[in-house]
Amino acid sequence: MFHLALVVCSIWVKILTFLNIKQLEYAALARRATQIQKELSQGVRKPYKELTDVCWGDPHSLGVKPLTFVRQVLAACVYPELMSSHKLPLDVRQRAQWLLGKCEGGSIGSYPASAGIPEIIQRMSKSIARRDGGVPCNPENVFISPGSQWSLTVTSLLLTSLNDEAPLRTGILIPVPCHVTTITSITSLGAAVVPYFLSEEHGWALQVEELQRALESAKGGCNPIALYVINPGNPAGYVQSRKSIQEVIRFASEKRLVLLADEVYQDCVYGKNSEFVSYKKVLAEMGPPFSDTVELASFHSVSKGFMGECGLRGGYVELVNLDPNVVNYISNLNYDTTSVLAQFALDLMMNPPRPGDPSYPLYNQVRNAVNAICLPGLSCQPVEGGAFVFPRVFLPPRAIQKAKEEGMQPDTFYCMRLLEETGVLITPGCEYRQKEGTYHIRYNIKNKLNSILLPH
Amino acid sequence: MSQQAVNGVPCRGKVLTVDNMNPNVKRVEYAVRGPIVQRAVQIEKELREGVKKPFTEVIKANIGDAHAMGQKPITFLRQVLALCSYPELMEDNKFPEDAKKRAQRILGACGGHSIGAYSASQGIECIRQDVARYIEKRDGGIPSNPDNIYLSTGASDAIVTMLKLLVCGEGRDRTGVMISIPQYPLYSAALADLGAVQISYYLDEEKCWSLDVAELRRALNAARQHCNPRVLCIINPGNPTGQVQSRQCIEDVIRFAKEEHLFLMADEVYQDNVYAEGCKFHSFKKVLFEMGPEYSSTVEMASFHSTSKCYMGECGFRGGYMEVINMDPEVKTQLTKLVSVRLCPPVPGQALLDLVVNPPQPDEPSYATFMKERTAVLSALAEKARLTEQIFNAVPGITCNPVQGAMYTFPRITLPQKAIDKAKEEGKVPDMYYCMRLLEEEGICLVPGSGFGQREGTFHFRLVWLPASLLPPVHIQTSKSFNLMRFYVTTLYCLNPDD
Repeated sequence: MFHLALVVCSIWVKILTFLNIKQLEYAALARRATQIQKELSQGVRKPYKELTDVCWGDPHSLGVKPLTFVRQVLAACVYPELMSSHKLPLDVRQRAQWLLGKCEGGSIGSYPASAGIPEIIQRMSKSIARRDGGVPCNPENVFISPGSQWSLTVTSLLLTSLNDEAPLRTGILIPVPCHVTTITSITSLGAAVVPYFLSEEHGWALQVEELQRALESAKGGCNPIALYVINPGNPAGYVQSRKSIQEVIRFASEKRLVLLADEVYQDCVYGKNSEFVSYKKVLAEMGPPFSDTVELASFHSVSKGFMGECGLRGGYVELVNLDPNVVNYISNLNYDTTSVLAQFALDLMMNPPRPGDPSYPLYNQVRNAVNAICLPGLSCQPVEGGAFVFPRVFLPPRAIQKAKEEGMQPDTFYCMRLLEETGVLITPGCEYRQKEGTYHIRYNIKNKLNSILLPH
Repeated sequence: MSQQAVNGVPCRGKVLTVDNMNPNVKRVEYAVRGPIVQRAVQIEKELREGVKKPFTEVIKANIGDAHAMGQKPITFLRQVLALCSYPELMEDNKFPEDAKKRAQRILGACGGHSIGAYSASQGIECIRQDVARYIEKRDGGIPSNPDNIYLSTGASDAIVTMLKLLVCGEGRDRTGVMISIPQYPLYSAALADLGAVQISYYLDEEKCWSLDVAELRRALNAARQHCNPRVLCIINPGNPTGQVQSRQCIEDVIRFAKEEHLFLMADEVYQDNVYAEGCKFHSFKKVLFEMGPEYSSTVEMASFHSTSKCYMGECGFRGGYMEVINMDPEVKTQLTKLVSVRLCPPVPGQALLDLVVNPPQPDEPSYATFMKERTAVLSALAEKARLTEQIFNAVPGITCNPVQGAMYTFPRITLPQKAIDKAKEEGKVPDMYYCMRLLEEEGICLVPGSGFGQREGTFHFRLVWLPASLLPPVHIQTSKSFNLMRFYVTTLYCLNPDD
């Protein structure tokens, strides 16, 4: 057929580019889950009546309610006629009015500016400074985006040199275990990922010796230019200590790496002795030369935290100490300007109701319980933050053998058995990479697994 | 952190510099938001600060943004979206029943009944089904498979995604992409960013910007010397030129694509914006299928649509979709993986798209108002199209092709040699020079033709002629062509052409 000639080239070359975008392990589990769902609806008897999907960290899908204040403001912005009614609290109406005033033609249907609505960015910068105890934030270095993965992709794109003058591919250090989409965002650009292993025995700590080893391993294979960290973590639920952050900054400074700090879970901290402190704040506290020279990009979004508004697609990146000539090019890369609603959501996240505002009492109530239960027979590091539990599974050699026979990774095999026997759908650790010979699973902390699994 | 660092004053020894950063990024230019717009924003700031100028406000006629120019949103669309945002409003009897039903259906398809949940990367399934049904209806029953529909963050997202998929190879084998001159600068920017080879084919200004296959062939043959041409992009109705291609022309393009093994990308975001007598929108897909199985089962194509234009003008929502035809299943798998990297398109934009493809029906309460508003918007645009052509052709030194569709006019200007020389002195392209002068002296912001591409030695500018809220009447000064421009432009923007 004629068109095959056209597409064969595409597939062949694309195989090279998408080498690391392999089919998700989860796909096989999802297929089986769909089948089981069908069987259940057809009345097939099983030890459970329904499936329990605890794979994703999407708060609203898990039953977390959106914040009333946020939704009231967004509704008023979408349909301004609502503002004439007094059913909406005064602070909602005032905020909606302020936000709409920042849109051309007073409508959320108009195009926003490339980097984001300037007044919203101004306010966000003040909030960021407040969060960091007064460390100044320059609005010109803040760029609104359709989500943190998008920010990461664009920032990585900026770093990625694939031309003939660069003999080696750009490399970016990434943690193991690591969130899948992050790896895909980087590799789909043609850049290489250089894994560094978090130390499970030490609560998933980031160790400088390991960063060093990783950097060494990259020699000759790629040109490492950046170090990606995620704090609080995903899938492992750690929260980095100030000391750890300082070590990373020192390392990045020494080895001349741009720091990519994914901080989307900054509002998800549960550990009694844990505290989120931003990379930017620690950097500033360290003073010169670090504070003036270490190049940092920090990412945040409206998808996690109290808002959980994943579907709105809103986030931002703040660039610190980057060459201003480089920064200028970022606005050119904003083809997908962020929707106006998402930008408004950002404003609401960074500037929530304050004590004294009519909406404050309700807003203040919302703090969701987390369930970091460790499935029986597993060992788990303390979940200090983030959205998931990432316990270690110890599989007997018999099980590993069985998995091999069935053509599955051992932890995928474990997940498959769990699905069949309890109807619980989780994801296998191999999806996120892990130390050779270890197996893990991941599930979210909004789960109701106690009732399903504990009597087991 | 030092004040220097906060202000980003360059220090020595940066890890990331313009020399070692991605070189493709430097080639990306986006004229629609480029230097002239930046200057316009600066001037607006100066006006706000009280700086005296020969005008009191900048007329921004550079971007196709309907709402910014005063076009009102369609009530039904906003009602449903408000209900989706804050479902407690379902208790409010001010909202019509059909709006509530639509909202309930959309929310039922969202995780946790919330537009804040991630959707499937390809887009919410029932919305893709609605899009497929809309396409079938539009194309007289030709089947559309929801699996071939990909919802996106505006059409731009889908266009860039497709280009990412199609661009490959090194050196002489590098993918070449055919784009029209003049063209919407998103294409040239994306091609620069991806390091693809741009193959320019010229639209015929003498023949109302029509597409000539002979010109396609010329461009393609020349390109084969230095790249591997694989894609042909066409915008219909056109941007910036506003032409609506004839059915015959579309057939010719399809035939050409088949002969030359090219992947067709049909940007059809202005499909409802057709005004001129005798002009009609023909979707590429419909024409393809009417040409019979020899073509309909082999030509590979993607068509794009969005919620930003037509009668909705909802640019800020970032809603859109693409339909892929005859795509190799393995490539489609890669496409599905590629879109999963950005997780999902904004759910409010998906919801809006659902309403656009599934508007109120004659038996529903909101129908009358909806149709009234839709008709009003489209007829106002049609009137502006007619007026634009009339007015610009009356200005000496400006010639304007009939405006058949879209939202723009791309008139040709004759610049006196003195102006061309002056431009050279200032290191500017002549039409950029003209547009900058127009901005500084009259406060009108347009995009110079050089931003869209034009034949060597010709100069143009793109003007967006959307309706606007009433602007204060401007005192007509002398008959210098600049002032005439302002007079005519403000006439366009006021509802009463006799002002």
